[in-house]
Amino acid sequence: MPYKIILSLFILFTLSACNVEPWVKPYERANLADPIMSFSPDPLSQGYIHHVYQAREGARGAEGGSGGGCGCN
Amino acid sequence: MVLKAVPGAVVAVTKAMRYLIALFIVLLSSSGIAAVLPVDRADALFHSYSGGGIDITGPAVLVRKSVSDSVSLSAKHYVDTISSASIDVEFIVGASTYEEERVENSFSIDYLNQKTLMNFSYTNSEENDFSADTFAFGISQDMFGDLMTVSLGYAHGDNVVRKTETKGVLDPDFLEYSQSDTFNVGLTQVITKNLIMSAAFNVTTDAGFLNNPYRKYRYRLSGDPSNYGKEDEKYPETRTSNALAIRARYFLPYRAALHAEFRTFQDSWGIDGNNIEIGYTHPFADDWIAEVHFRTYAQTNATFYEDIFTYQQFLNQNFLARDKELSTFNNSTIGFGISYEFAKGEGGTIDKAAVNFKYDYIQFNYEDFRDARDETLYAGTEPLYQFDANIIQLFLSVWF
Repeated sequence: MPYKIILSLFILFTLSACNVEPWVKPYERANLADPIMSFSPDPLSQGYIHHVYQAREGARGAEGGSGGGCGCN
Repeated sequence: MVLKAVPGAVVAVTKAMRYLIALFIVLLSSSGIAAVLPVDRADALFHSYSGGGIDITGPAVLVRKSVSDSVSLSAKHYVDTISSASIDVEFIVGASTYEEERVENSFSIDYLNQKTLMNFSYTNSEENDFSADTFAFGISQDMFGDLMTVSLGYAHGDNVVRKTETKGVLDPDFLEYSQSDTFNVGLTQVITKNLIMSAAFNVTTDAGFLNNPYRKYRYRLSGDPSNYGKEDEKYPETRTSNALAIRARYFLPYRAALHAEFRTFQDSWGIDGNNIEIGYTHPFADDWIAEVHFRTYAQTNATFYEDIFTYQQFLNQNFLARDKELSTFNNSTIGFGISYEFAKGEGGTIDKAAVNFKYDYIQFNYEDFRDARDETLYAGTEPLYQFDANIIQLFLSVWF
């Protein structure tokens, strides 16, 4: 059952973070704060592209943004 | 053959969600870093999709504005104007075109309470034969020195399905309903000062009338196997699906970014899908940002899908479908975007603005869905279907 393994890894990884000092200090996060590093730089455009795929593929979910409706005839 | 949904999958999913919610509550109590509201921003988009005999165009507008230090509101208006002479329409009613419009409106409120960001949203989507109302709730939290963000989400949707007869008049005898419940868990993690990764897990359950009321399957005629008959599709009335996605972005030393995504999907109908995407973002000349990406997707078919059913299946099988979205197929996308930023740091009410152009080319290749439009061919020997799509987005973004 791959989801059980993934869930276990997720929990282990999350709990392991409880006792660690942040290994990337705030002053080291300039690159990560750059807009080109955003997972969702243009939410309206991203939602549209997800909708294009959702209407034409069997897969759905975990897109990292919102979709909605059908319009898929 | 009798096909059934898998109730065990729902139970396993519910248990997993329970564990994750408990874990999230534990983590909330150990957190020490405040979240922030989304930035104020407005976008106006024109979109165009053209492929497989379908043209869909329309505008979309999204406005987000904070009204206090802890509350941000957003509203979205989206329109699809559809002109379709697709292979599905031709298979059902012959060579003809239908016109349709879909209008979607949504409103959301983000609320920041100390270290927790909550989001409530409502979305309504209306077509002449389909209405959808969705309520969603999400909560997210930054943790461990801001290196990690954990989020949980739930959405419930109610759909009303109708059917039109000729010239768009609704069939008074056809009225069906369906519901969907969606659970999301997300984790975003800073790995190094140049690498950030995220994982997203989604479970969706559907119940009710789930098929397209217009589409038909085909089956071989008992006395003439070179020919076929058509009947309305029959879908199961439940569906449960799981999706897991892993994403990463890496900052390159000369200020550029690589991104990658992998997603895997399974559902109780037997569909197994995977997609991979890689991309590269490159700013240049101070005000320009260029981006290229490549995506590929493949899926197996649903257990009750056939391009052409046998006469015995037609007589005995409970569920029968010929939707190409449920077939075995793959697609590949190559795309690019270019963005020009202006009005930066000039004071006044606008912080920055950008005009953006994006283009995507998708090629779909079906492995068990045939182009049955030429009815002179022996049934089941027609060429496999494939088509290309061109997608254009032009939009203006303003940060204020």
